[in-house]
Amino acid sequence: MDTLISVRDLVVGFGQRTVLNGVSFDVRQGEIFGFVGGSGSGKSVLLRTIIGLLPVREGTIEVLGTELSQASEQARQAIQRRWGVLFQQGALFSSLTVIQNVQFPLREFLNLSPGLLDDIARVKLEMVGIKADDHNKLPSELSGGMTKRVALARSLAMDPELVFLDEPTSGLDPISAGDFDELIKTLQKTLGLTVFMITHDLETLHAVCDRIGVLADGKIVACGPMETILKSTHPWAVSYFHGRRGGALAARHLTKAE
Amino acid sequence: MLRSAAARPPSLVQTELNGSISLAAAGSWTAANVHELERFIEEARATCGGHRLAAVGAGGITELDTFGATLLSQLTLVSSTAGPPARIVDLEDRFVDLYAQVHRFSAVPHAPAERHNDLVVRLEALGKATVSAIHDLASLAAMLGQICVAFTRTLLRPSSFRLTSAVHHLDRVAWQAVPIILLITFLIGAIIAQQGIFHFRKFGADEYVVDMVGILVLREIGVLIVAIMVAGRSGSSYTAELGSMKMREEIDALQTMGLDPVEVLILPRVIALIIALPILTFLGSMSALYGGELVCWLYGGMAPDIFIARLKEAISITHFKVGMIKSPFMALVIGAVACAQGLKVKGSSESLGLETTASVVKAIFLVIVLDGVFAIFFASIDM
Repeated sequence: MDTLISVRDLVVGFGQRTVLNGVSFDVRQGEIFGFVGGSGSGKSVLLRTIIGLLPVREGTIEVLGTELSQASEQARQAIQRRWGVLFQQGALFSSLTVIQNVQFPLREFLNLSPGLLDDIARVKLEMVGIKADDHNKLPSELSGGMTKRVALARSLAMDPELVFLDEPTSGLDPISAGDFDELIKTLQKTLGLTVFMITHDLETLHAVCDRIGVLADGKIVACGPMETILKSTHPWAVSYFHGRRGGALAARHLTKAE
Repeated sequence: MLRSAAARPPSLVQTELNGSISLAAAGSWTAANVHELERFIEEARATCGGHRLAAVGAGGITELDTFGATLLSQLTLVSSTAGPPARIVDLEDRFVDLYAQVHRFSAVPHAPAERHNDLVVRLEALGKATVSAIHDLASLAAMLGQICVAFTRTLLRPSSFRLTSAVHHLDRVAWQAVPIILLITFLIGAIIAQQGIFHFRKFGADEYVVDMVGILVLREIGVLIVAIMVAGRSGSSYTAELGSMKMREEIDALQTMGLDPVEVLILPRVIALIIALPILTFLGSMSALYGGELVCWLYGGMAPDIFIARLKEAISITHFKVGMIKSPFMALVIGAVACAQGLKVKGSSESLGLETTASVVKAIFLVIVLDGVFAIFFASIDM
């Protein structure tokens, strides 16, 4: 199986502080890879480093077969068109309507006829469950769940091979979060996506992720499918997965596995 | 992305059999080839328009993404003859899910755009503009009213006045504005004097330049230039500040804590402006007179003591009062417009920009209208 993201001995820091200290992992094609860690453990820093928003201090990051820090401007742009990013707050362009937001990357990178531009954007929005009535709304008129869905549609606009999701279910109620998990899973299957997500949501980890990485103390302390993670003895992983909220889910997972 | 090893150029082959047409699609139906694909659809629409389209063979498709799937789905609808739309056959299993998903949404015919009568559209725009102008006036009046209410409440309970905030804003709109105001009014005074000397000299009336500079600066130009500068400098920043607070729901947060946003945010700003503008007007007028005096001396050859002696004769305290009386009212208008526009900002960054522009334009317009009203008023009371 191909490896889409390959991170080796990554060190990232700000000034005196080292946030990530020797992180290595691989994300394989066609899987949903989830990343967990406590608040401030550097999950978002990791994501932002991979997509090139933060500088690397040491180590290498290879995305879609290219080492981004070494790549030319053109090569980097070519890679950027092959991935989509869902930001935590959606990061929709506030002066464009919902459908214009989805059309934006299409308009920039592909020279489509106006009719097809509309059709494609409409299909993408319907795929994430945004009905035609809402296509002409402005981002400020959307609820939190809808904002995330539109942002997902925009990240999928260019038919990326790889999608980065930053806390896709945070701020959603359990039902919407469940629906969103389901949506990610369906889209991953129909579009053949590889998904790299950062999450706090135990339900999402159990329901969607094929493999999970646990980040603590700037390192990956456990990595693998849920069964492996549940056997981890690292104190943070134990309290997270077997703690007050994680315990019940873990028990359910283990009984299901048996 | 369902990318297979073979990226082949896309193709669409037509075969005709007993009056009905079959199409066979093959190759990479992906975003990279979208131009060619669109052309195929157009051609198919042209040639199949009148014929029955039996089926679209998709067995040769080696790559498919949502772009290709959308176009494939459109292909089933190219025939305008009655009867069920064409079917896609032989599509590889790995693409079936994707196609089904896309087809479900793209095959829905969208409502045709409504056609409007051009005249009606223009009339509607005119009507909307009129209504929004009336709304603007109403919201300005409402803002003035709210400021008055908040002011009265603070008079009754002086301890509730936000002194720190007012001083902070006074520092920003008065103290920090001093250099630029002095510079601009100095230049304006100098220019008026220069023009006066140049033209008055032709009929030997050089010394009346002092009358003109003195009266013009003290009564009109001083206060007007300063008010316009302040509207552009401080009015716009008030609108932008309040607008971004509105966008981030900070104003809603204040309200739910039981605090009045007008009292907390707007009153200190407006009061700072009302204190600042007379001070700046005074400084600006002095600077303009100084500029005029310098030009009279260096360009017109009029010694400074003659200029001052002439100035004493030409102007009276009334001229000075006329200018100073106007300034706090102009400050109130600038502040009220800026704050009213700020509260009108909606969620988008575009609306923040629009309201900030509107704030400056309206404030300057109203300042000039107000100046005209004062001119009539002062003329009728012989001031």
